[in-house]
Amino acid sequence: MVLAKAFDEMTLAGGACRDAYKGLSQWLQWTPTDFLRMKRQEADVLFRRLGITFAVYGEGGDPERLIPFDIIPRVLSAPEWQRMEDGLRQRVKALNMFLNDVYHDQEILKAGIIPEKLVLNNSSYLPEMQGVDVPGNVYSHIAGIDMVRVGEDDFYVLEDNCRTPSGVSYMLENREVMMRLFPALFAEHRIAPVDSYGDALLDTLKECAPPKTTGDPTVVVLTPGIYNSAYFEHSFLADQMGVELVEGPDLFVDDGKVFMRTTQGPQKVDVIYRRIDDTFLDPLTFDPNSVLGVPGIMNAYRSGQVTLANAVGAGIADDKAIYTYVPDMIKFYLGEEPILKNVPTYKCGEADDLAYVLDNLAELVVKEVHGSGGYGMLVGPAASKQEREDYAERLKAAPDEFIAQPTLALSTCPTFVESGVAPRHVDFRPFVLSGKDIRMVKGGLTRVALRDGSLVVNSSQGGGTKDTWVLEE
Amino acid sequence: MISVKHETRYRYETPAAYTIQSLKLTPQNTSGQHVLSWSLDCGQDATIPSFVDSFGNLTHTFVINREHSDVLIRVTGKVETTDVSGIIAGPHDPFPLVAYLRETELTQPNEALEDLAWSVAEGGKPLDLAHALMAAVRDRIDYQEGETQVETTAAQALAQGSGVCQDHAHAFICCARVRGIPARYVSGYLQASDNMDEVYEAGHAWAEAYIEDLGWVGFDVANRICPSESHLRVAVGLDYREAAPIRGLRLGGGAEKLDVTVRVVQENIQQ
Repeated sequence: MVLAKAFDEMTLAGGACRDAYKGLSQWLQWTPTDFLRMKRQEADVLFRRLGITFAVYGEGGDPERLIPFDIIPRVLSAPEWQRMEDGLRQRVKALNMFLNDVYHDQEILKAGIIPEKLVLNNSSYLPEMQGVDVPGNVYSHIAGIDMVRVGEDDFYVLEDNCRTPSGVSYMLENREVMMRLFPALFAEHRIAPVDSYGDALLDTLKECAPPKTTGDPTVVVLTPGIYNSAYFEHSFLADQMGVELVEGPDLFVDDGKVFMRTTQGPQKVDVIYRRIDDTFLDPLTFDPNSVLGVPGIMNAYRSGQVTLANAVGAGIADDKAIYTYVPDMIKFYLGEEPILKNVPTYKCGEADDLAYVLDNLAELVVKEVHGSGGYGMLVGPAASKQEREDYAERLKAAPDEFIAQPTLALSTCPTFVESGVAPRHVDFRPFVLSGKDIRMVKGGLTRVALRDGSLVVNSSQGGGTKDTWVLEE
Repeated sequence: MISVKHETRYRYETPAAYTIQSLKLTPQNTSGQHVLSWSLDCGQDATIPSFVDSFGNLTHTFVINREHSDVLIRVTGKVETTDVSGIIAGPHDPFPLVAYLRETELTQPNEALEDLAWSVAEGGKPLDLAHALMAAVRDRIDYQEGETQVETTAAQALAQGSGVCQDHAHAFICCARVRGIPARYVSGYLQASDNMDEVYEAGHAWAEAYIEDLGWVGFDVANRICPSESHLRVAVGLDYREAAPIRGLRLGGGAEKLDVTVRVVQENIQQ
C-alpha cells in the first residue's frame, strides 16, 4: 500500500507557502547549506556542554548519546495553537475527573459507559488507591499528550501520558539552543516564550500540597538515579524549580510523615514530584524487593501527609485500552463535545476487530496495550511479509494485549538532513499542568522521524527533536 | 470469646539505625466477631500513626528512628466470636465483585493451576464448587512448615506440592478466580480445637469466596473447614501482600533473630 502524500506544514500541494512559515521559508531560501551545517555542529557542541543526553535501552553503543536535534523549527500559528490548547485543557480535565471517579464512586462504570472489567481488572488500576482522597482531586498533575496532524485542520490525539511523561526538558533546551544559534530569526518573529515552564510547574505542585501543610510547601524531585534514561531531565527540572533532587534513600518516613535528610537535620517534605514508577515506590506496599523507593511512603500518602505527583494509579487513564473511551469521558463528565479527535482504534480482544486487523495488517499500526516508547509495535506498511506473519502469531496468541490503528499520514516539516532540507514526519507532545487551575506554556516537544519515509518518531527508534514555535498574534 | 496475646520480637546482631513497619494487626467487627478490647503496643509513648486502607484494614506505621537492637510488637485483645458457618458480612466494601477476579503476582495462574481449577466438575452449585476446590487444592499441597516463604507464589507452592496456610489460601484464591468466583485473602488468628486437621498455626491465613445468595464465605483451606468461632479475622486483601500482618524494613542491624509467640485461647466470660 502506498500512503497518501502527507500534509506538509510549510508547503501546500500547489507549491504555495503556508502563512505561518513565510518568514522561515524565505530564510531557508537565502541561507546556504554550509551555513546550516555549521550551525548544526554548533548545536551539537551546545548540547554536549549542557550535558543533555539520553540512554537508549537495548541498543548498546554510547549510553551518553545526544538525541539528534534538527535546527529547523516547526511553526504553529496562534489560531492553530489556541484550538489545540482548548482541546487539551478539556481532555486533561476529563482525564483527571475520570481518575477521581474510578478511585471513588465509579459512576462512569455504573453508567455502563466503560466496562467495569476493563478498569477493575486492569493492571494499571491500583486497588491500593481506592477511596484515597488527593488534594484538589488532581491525579495527573503533569500530562503529556501525544498529537499528530494529518491535514490543515486535522489534529488527532495519539496517546495520553498521565504517569510520568518525559521530554519537557528538550522543549526548554531546544529553545535555549535555538535562541543562541539564530538570534536574528527570533527578532523577526513574534514567538511565544516557554521559559516560564519551571515556575508554572512549581506553582502547580505547591497548589496541590496537603491541605494541612503550614507555610510554604517543601517540594522535591524524586529520581530513580543516574542510571535512569531521563536522569538529565530530573536534575534539570529540579534546577529549574530551585528545589532538591533526591533519591529514595534521601527520604524517610517518621511519625506518619515524609522527611528529607539534610545537613541541618530532617526537613519535612510536602510535595514529591516523583519520576519513579508506581510499583517501585514503596517496598512495604508494592514490590518488596524495590530499593528505589521510600519504605512506608504509601502509608504517609494515603493518610494525606504528603502529595505525590503524579498520583499513584494515574496510569489507568492512559492505558491504551481506556484511550478509546476518552471522548465518552469528555461527554460524560463535562457534557461537552470533544474538541480533539481520537484515532480510530481496533480492539484486538474483540473477535470482529481481530479478524479485520489480521486481514489488514499491511495497512495498520499494531501496538501492545501496555507497551510504551515505540517498543514492540508493528508498522504494517513498513514491515516485511515475514515480520507481519510473525506479528500475526503474537496477536493470535494474546489478542487482548493489542490494539491497532490505521497508519496515519503524519504531517511533515522541513528538516535539515544529509541531502539538504527535506520534509520529514513529525508528532507533537505538549504538556498540560493541572493544579487549582490548568496551566500550559505555548509550546511542546516536536519529535521528528529522521529517516526518509519513517513514521516512528521515538528517540529510542532513531527519532530526533525540533524546537516548536507558537506565533503570537 | 477468644483471647489473643501475640508478641513479635526482633533482635539485631548489631544496632540498627532505623526500622519501619506497616502493621495490619487490628481486627474489625463483622457478623461473626465483636471486638471487646484490643491494644497494639510497640514500646513507645507516642501514638502510632494509622489509617484505614482501601480494604478497610486499620494500618499502623511504626517507626524507630534512632539506634536500637531490638523491636517488640505486642498485640493483646479479647474478641467475642460466633460461628456463622463462615458467612461474613463485614464493613463497607468499596470494590465491585469483579475487582476480586484480578490476578495478582502471588496468585497468578499458570497451566498447572488452571488444570487444577478445571479438574473440578462443572454443573454444581457455586458453594459446592468452592468446597470441591478447597479439597482439590488441599489434596495437592501438603502442609509443611519451612518450605515456602512469604513471597512464594501459588504456582510455586503447587509445583513443589507443599506449603503453609498462606500457600493454601493463595492456590485456592487463584483457582476460584479462574472459575469466575471472586476471592480474597484473610489473615487472622486461630484457636486450637479438636476438630482441626493436623494443622495448627496460631497466626493463620485463609480465603474468602463470594458465593451468590450467601455473600462472602470463608474457606480455611489448610484445615478443610469453613471458619468458625475459633477463627479471628484481622485483615483482608487480594493476596498476602495487601493483608500481611507485618511488612517491615530496617537500616543496618546485621543478622536478625525473630521470636514470635502467639497465645490464642478460649475464655469463658465470667458471670
